[in-house]
Amino acid sequence: MSDKTCCGCNTLSDNFKELAPTMEKYAKVPGSLITILQKAQDIYGYLSPEVIYYIAKETGIKPAKIYGVATFYAQFRLDPIGDNLLMLCKGTACHVNGADSIEEAITEHLGIADGETTEDGIFTLNNVACLGCCSLAPVMMVQGKNGEETYGNLTPDSVKEILDTIKSQN
Amino acid sequence: MKIVVGQGSCGIATGAKKTSAKFEELIKDKGLDIKVDTTGCVGNCYLEPIVDVYTDENNFRRYTKVSVEDVESILEKELSNEAFEGNLIGEEDAKFISKQTRIVLRNAGLINPEKIEEYIEVAGYEAAKKAVCSMTQDEVIKEIEISGLRGRGGAGFPTWFKWNAAKQNKGENKYIVCNADEGDPGAFMDRSVLEGDPHSLIEGMIIGGFAMGATEGIIYCRAEYPLAIKRLEIAMDQAREKGFLGKNIFGSGYDFDLRIKAGAGAFVCGEETALIASLEGERGMPRLKPPFPAAKGYWQQPTNINNVETFANVPWIIYNGGKAFGDMGTEASKGTKVFALAGKIKKGGLVEVPMGLPLKDVIFGIGGGIKNDKEFKAVQMGGPSGGCIPKELIDTPVTYEDINKTGAIVGSGGMIVMDESTCMVDMARYFLDFTKKESCGKCNYCRIGTKRMLEILERITQGEGRDGDIELLEELCYKIKDGSLCGLGQTAPNPVLTTLKYFRNEYEDHIYNKKCTAKSCKSLIKFEIEDNCKGCTLCSRKCPVGAITGTVKEVHVIDQSKCVKCGRCVETCKFDAINVE
Repeated sequence: MSDKTCCGCNTLSDNFKELAPTMEKYAKVPGSLITILQKAQDIYGYLSPEVIYYIAKETGIKPAKIYGVATFYAQFRLDPIGDNLLMLCKGTACHVNGADSIEEAITEHLGIADGETTEDGIFTLNNVACLGCCSLAPVMMVQGKNGEETYGNLTPDSVKEILDTIKSQN
Repeated sequence: MKIVVGQGSCGIATGAKKTSAKFEELIKDKGLDIKVDTTGCVGNCYLEPIVDVYTDENNFRRYTKVSVEDVESILEKELSNEAFEGNLIGEEDAKFISKQTRIVLRNAGLINPEKIEEYIEVAGYEAAKKAVCSMTQDEVIKEIEISGLRGRGGAGFPTWFKWNAAKQNKGENKYIVCNADEGDPGAFMDRSVLEGDPHSLIEGMIIGGFAMGATEGIIYCRAEYPLAIKRLEIAMDQAREKGFLGKNIFGSGYDFDLRIKAGAGAFVCGEETALIASLEGERGMPRLKPPFPAAKGYWQQPTNINNVETFANVPWIIYNGGKAFGDMGTEASKGTKVFALAGKIKKGGLVEVPMGLPLKDVIFGIGGGIKNDKEFKAVQMGGPSGGCIPKELIDTPVTYEDINKTGAIVGSGGMIVMDESTCMVDMARYFLDFTKKESCGKCNYCRIGTKRMLEILERITQGEGRDGDIELLEELCYKIKDGSLCGLGQTAPNPVLTTLKYFRNEYEDHIYNKKCTAKSCKSLIKFEIEDNCKGCTLCSRKCPVGAITGTVKEVHVIDQSKCVKCGRCVETCKFDAINVE
C-alpha cells in the first residue's frame, strides 16, 4: 500500500502523529487492535478511512478486517460527532420509566434522531444499552469537552433544559 | 469528625460532587479541621446523594438527598454534635441496608475505594496472603468447593470446578480473566463493586490466579464505565506498590499481575468464547465448545473466566472459611446474591440477601413495594436471557433452581419491577429489539430468527397482529433455541416464552381485540378530554404538536389526526380530565 494520502500531499504517518506513540507500543503486540482503535477514536473522535488505512499499514492487519472489527462493536463510530455526545440510556429500567418519551423530547428539541448530529455540530445523539444507573432511570450521560456528566430522573421538560444549558455553555 | 460523600456513578449523577465541594468550601471558610472523604455506592441509590458524618471511627450519622443548599444546616448542627433532622435518614430507609446480608457489598459505602490503606484496615488482602503464603492450590479450590460458590454472572456454574479444570490442564501460560463487561441492561452490581471496592476484585483474582496457576490476569471492563476503569487503575497501582501484584507477591515467590482491557460494547462478549475472541482483538463471536476455555482459551492457553461478583466473594470465603459461606442460602444455591432493584419500585438500589429468600421479601420487604402504590404486575429477572415472573409466583424463593422453573433465570441479578402500566407484549418486543441488535450473526436462527420475531412483535404492538402470530412466535422460539451455538441465541426467546406463558391474554387482546390493557402501546390507545376539563389551557400549551385546542374556561378538544400520543397532556392535567382508552 502506498504511504501517500488520496491527495498525495502528505504521508499517512505525518497525518497521524498523535497516534504514533500508541502504534509504537501496540502495533506489533498481537490482539491489540481494539485498544488501538479505542485510542484512535479518543484522539480523532471517530475512525476515518484514512486512520483505518494508517493502522492497517502499521499493524499489517488488512483494512477490511479492521473495518469488520470497527463495525462489530457499538463503541466505534465511522462518522464525526458533535462536541457533546448524548448517550441516552435505553436499558430495561429506563425503558420501563419512559426513555422513549425522553428520546422524543430530544428529537423534538434538536431535530436529530439516534445516530445523528445537529447542523451546528453541538450535539450527537446515541442510544446506548445500559449505563448502570438504573435507580435514577431515565438516565443520560453527556460526553463533552470537560469529561462525562450523568443526568438522572429525566423528564421531557428537564432534558430540554439540560440541552439548553449545555448549548449556552458551548 | 469526618465527612464522607458517596460518589459512585449514581451519586455523582445526582450532584454528589457539588455537595462534596460545598462541604469543603464551608470547612475552609470557617477554618475548620474536618476531612471530607469519598466512598463508593452505598446501595440506597434512590436516596443519593448520601453523606455520612463520622462522629468517631465507627459511628456515623447518615444524611440522604443532600443538596448543596442542605450542606450548611447539616454542618452547623453537626458542629455541636447534633443531628440535622431535615436530611437524616428515616427509620424505614435505614432498614433497606440493615435487612441485608452483605458479603460482596461488605465495604460498599464504608471505605474510600481510592485508598488501599482503608481496604487493608478491614482485613483486606489477608485472604490473598493466606492463600498464596500458607495454602496449596488444592486447598484453595477445596475451600471454594465447600463454600458452594456458583458463578454469579448468569449460568451459575460451580466456581471450584472451573478453577480445578484450569489448574489441571497444561499450558505454557495460564490466564485468569474477569468478565466486567456487565452487559445485562438493568444490572449494576458489578459497577458498584468496581467503583466502590475495586480491591476486593483484585484480591479475588489473586486467589483465583494462584489456585489455577496463572501468572497473568485480565479484567475485561465495559467502556461505558469510565469511573470504574479509573478506580481499578488506581487500585492496581497501589497493590503493585505494596507488593500484592507483580513479582514475588507477598514475598511468596509467586508472580502475578493484572491488566485492564476495555471492552468496546458487545453484549455477546458475556459469552466466554466471544470474550476471548474480543481479548484477542477480533470480532467477539463465540466459538464451538469443546474445547472449553479451561483447556484452550486465550491464545489457546488454559483460561478461566469469572465475573466481578464471583471474585468479590472469594476473599471473604478464604478469610472466613467455605463453611461460613455455605451455611447461608439453600442446599443447592449457597451464600448470598446481589440484586439490582429497579423499574417501578419505591426503593431502587442494590440488595444483597441470602439465596432462598422469597421474591416478595426482596421486592416488598426491602424494596418497599411499587412506586405510587400502583399494583405489582411482574418482575423481570435475568435481562434479555431471562423472563417475566408474574405476581402469582411472588413467593418463589430466589435460588437458581426455583427461578429456572418459572422460565426466567437468576442471571446476573437484575430485577426490573413492573406495574399495571407496563405492557408485557411491549416488554417482549423491547428485549427482542435488544437481542436482534446484539446477535453476532454467526448462527442463522439467531440472526434471522430474532429479526423475524421482532417484526411480528412490532406488528402486534402496532395493532396489526394477525391470527396465527402467537403460534408462529412459539415455533420460532423453539427453533432459535435449538439452532443457536451460544447462550445469547439459546436464551433470546425466553422473554417471549415467559410472557406467552403468563400473559397470553395480553397477546390475544392486542391481536384480536386491538386493545392494550396496560394502555401503553400508542397505536392502540386514544387520548380524549372529558367534561370535567376546567379549560385551564395548560395542556394545550404543553402539547408538542399543537393538537389541543379550546378557549379559556371551556372544555378542550384533542385533534386525533394530529395527536402523537406522547402523554404529556395527561402528566400536566391537574384535574384528571384526560382519559386514555
